[in-house]
Amino acid sequence: MHISILENELQPWQTVATYQQNHAELTGKFGATNVFVGTMRDFNIGERVESITLEHYPGMTEKKLQQIILAAQQKWVLLDVLLVHRVGKILSKHTIVLIAVWAIHRGDAFDASRYIMEKLKYSAPFWKQEHLFNGSSRWLQTNSSGYQAKKASDKDS
Amino acid sequence: MPIQVRYFAQLKSDLGKAAEQLNSSQIQTVNQVWQVANPNIALPKNTLAAVNLDYVDLEFKVVDHDEVAFFPPVTGG
Repeated sequence: MHISILENELQPWQTVATYQQNHAELTGKFGATNVFVGTMRDFNIGERVESITLEHYPGMTEKKLQQIILAAQQKWVLLDVLLVHRVGKILSKHTIVLIAVWAIHRGDAFDASRYIMEKLKYSAPFWKQEHLFNGSSRWLQTNSSGYQAKKASDKDS
Repeated sequence: MPIQVRYFAQLKSDLGKAAEQLNSSQIQTVNQVWQVANPNIALPKNTLAAVNLDYVDLEFKVVDHDEVAFFPPVTGG
């Protein structure tokens, strides 16, 4: 398991490739790798967003993320988990979060990846403040359900 | 009885403080930590609390040297 809180830009695909190369013990063992990448959009709740500032609670964040991954390892058979989350100022189109799960079988990799992400969303102490193109800023009040509404009128939420 | 209190995100902005230390022998619970630290301000709805980096409810008992944190619902990921 590797958890990292990153203050500078995150290159998700390069990070996964490098991690896998540096963990020779995985080679030949895993049959499934599930990678989730969360990216900063340039719109939210009807407004164009220039950047966000991501605040966290140092110490508690790492502890909570470790608890989440340990719980996932109890529920599924996992070979390794990599979790990297940005903090600080993040521009639109940049990566916010990366989760990679290596497992013997796809079911464990898919399910654990989803579980870790959902638990992170609702319990890891991170907070987003959005900076809009009109010069104002606002704190996000809550995370979404994770599904895009299918009605065309809701396409920004 | 020194208790370290920390605030994050919008709560930190709204209160205008990030951290403070309380010295009160009357404090027993997390809820009382808030009341002593912010005597004229109701705890905002949905505020989360942690003691020593773990989530707790407001009736959780605090002891000497605990770090108590208050913050809004989390919005990472």
